[in-house]
Amino acid sequence: MSEVLLDVRNLKTSFFTAEGEVKSVDGISYYVNKGETIAIVGESGCGKSVSQMSVLQLIQMPPGKVLDGQVIFKGKDLLKYNPKSKEMRSIRGSGISMIFQEPMTSLNPVLTIGEQLCDIITTHSDLTKKEAWLKGIEALVSVGISEPKTRMRSYPFEMSGGMRQRVMIAAAIACGSELIIADEPTTALDVTTQAQVMDLLLDLVKKYNKSLIIITHNLGLVTRYAERVYVMYAGRIIESGTTEQILTHPEHPYTKGLLNSVPKLEDDKNQDLIPIKGMPPVLSNLPPSCAFMPRCPFPCSKCTSNGKPALKNVGQEHYVACYLVGE
Amino acid sequence: MSDVVNDEQALLRVEHLKMFFPVTKGLLEKPIGTVKAVDDISFEIIKGETFGLVGESGCGKTTAGKCILRVNKPTEGHIWYENKEIVQMSDTEFMPYRRKIQLIFQDPYSSLDPRSSVYGILSEAIQCDGIARSKDELQKRVNELLFTVELDPLMSYRYPHELSGGQRQRLGIARALACNPELIVCDEPVSALDVSIQAQIINLFKDIQKKLGITYLFIAHDLAVVRHISDKIGVMYLGHLVEITKSVELYKKPMHPYTQALLSAIPITDYYEEQKRKRVTLQGEVPSPMNVPRGCPFHPRCPYAMGVCRKERPELRELFDNHFVACHRYDKEESFK
Repeated sequence: MSEVLLDVRNLKTSFFTAEGEVKSVDGISYYVNKGETIAIVGESGCGKSVSQMSVLQLIQMPPGKVLDGQVIFKGKDLLKYNPKSKEMRSIRGSGISMIFQEPMTSLNPVLTIGEQLCDIITTHSDLTKKEAWLKGIEALVSVGISEPKTRMRSYPFEMSGGMRQRVMIAAAIACGSELIIADEPTTALDVTTQAQVMDLLLDLVKKYNKSLIIITHNLGLVTRYAERVYVMYAGRIIESGTTEQILTHPEHPYTKGLLNSVPKLEDDKNQDLIPIKGMPPVLSNLPPSCAFMPRCPFPCSKCTSNGKPALKNVGQEHYVACYLVGE
Repeated sequence: MSDVVNDEQALLRVEHLKMFFPVTKGLLEKPIGTVKAVDDISFEIIKGETFGLVGESGCGKTTAGKCILRVNKPTEGHIWYENKEIVQMSDTEFMPYRRKIQLIFQDPYSSLDPRSSVYGILSEAIQCDGIARSKDELQKRVNELLFTVELDPLMSYRYPHELSGGQRQRLGIARALACNPELIVCDEPVSALDVSIQAQIINLFKDIQKKLGITYLFIAHDLAVVRHISDKIGVMYLGHLVEITKSVELYKKPMHPYTQALLSAIPITDYYEEQKRKRVTLQGEVPSPMNVPRGCPFHPRCPYAMGVCRKERPELRELFDNHFVACHRYDKEESFK
């Protein structure tokens, strides 16, 4: 059994807005082993990004607040630290790094790539500026950027989207963090660039034995790159398991619906897609019962009366939160 | 090339369309180059069918759509709508065609007037047509449109910000349908939507086509979505059409190296199939359309590039029945069979 690197237990994050409490993350638990790649899947607003921001304590407070839970990274509970404390700051970047969706907005537009990389490297190591510069060039080489010496002096706007995302990856690995969280890393990129960037990221993760969390809504990316999957809906994990289990034998009606509603390249195209009816729920006004019930094709009496279903084990690593399963 | 457009049944025919944009610099607007957004493309759309245009960002698919809508005046080439040339027409002559050719945008929020209610948005479009005159007729038509796009008639007093993304896109579709169009240009109509909502809208597009017999030009970057909805697909790369074929053939028998790479870059959700797939990974990035490589535009990234690819631009040729490919690999007849 491999070593657990990050263990999140019963994490709860809410935002207190004028419309009331928005339970973005409502008691989720998951773990990542060393050297493992997992994916968190869900539609927009299901809390997948917030769950990761909470891990790094990047939630804006107020209005947000991490209410409960433990985030155990290498044996230490990160939620015990103050978000602004020295310990927390040293973990961001050198322990856990994050790659964001839009590389243009997460790079500083008025500083060169080199300045930004050096800044990150000198903060997390004892290297001098000169050494950091060389290390920055090294990092750019490892992500396959041509002419890294010239690129160190260019600004983010001079680069294409794919290159910017490579720079973000370079920054994430430059300080030797053990866990990389990639929040929709390729949504803003074109298909062929997406494949290049994801392949690169996975190669680097494997090469340096790092762990990776991919947050995405794209089930295809999950199939290709992840080892285990967590499916989120309305702030809760509703199904988890290995990629094979989730994609070949989904148990939760939402996971099934999601898989049926994606147009596939290989299927018979005259077959109609089977969409999930209705709309994703409003998080400020969730029912006390299963949040998927209003859209569920098989609601039963238990779903209305018994409150939110808990995750049940249905075989090996496979967990499902649904009253219908396992009966 | 000319045999691409031979069918008389075509509702819309595009012939050798070129759209170049000058790039200028400084106060005096000194020309420093041209962006060849669309460079000599030809295709046709059969009445009642869906033609899908796919390609990565900057390949000119939206520009091609805008030329058809006469938002951009093409640099060269012809567009025939029901055998009438629409590029050379004056604005007054084109007026009746405005009604017949409608469009749906990618972002449903920024394309709806935030100060106008659903009723206002739809009635404005209906009045342009001049069919409904009285208030009752107008109300009836609005309800009819809302029914077609499966929205509750009670919605008609809501404002766009009160609607969800999927509902807004439904409203966008209703507005396009308001004056009984024949052709709708859909520019990335589902890419801003969530997966579960995307399927609802795609099905709605198909239902409307079945019911009203509307022809679509469906522009999108997601090959899986385009394949699902289209009868024929044109793959664009840097302003060129590199492959046109029936959508069922595209996945089974992609011929152009770019199409092959594009298909293999998309991860599929069938777990066992995905583990087995062979992948073609492309090197480098799409060159700037200001500086299109000589010869075949794809040759710097093509795994099969030959000497001739650097010199001559390949013509779109019919390899099989209704399967057109622009690639030098298939110059010799027997090489692909």
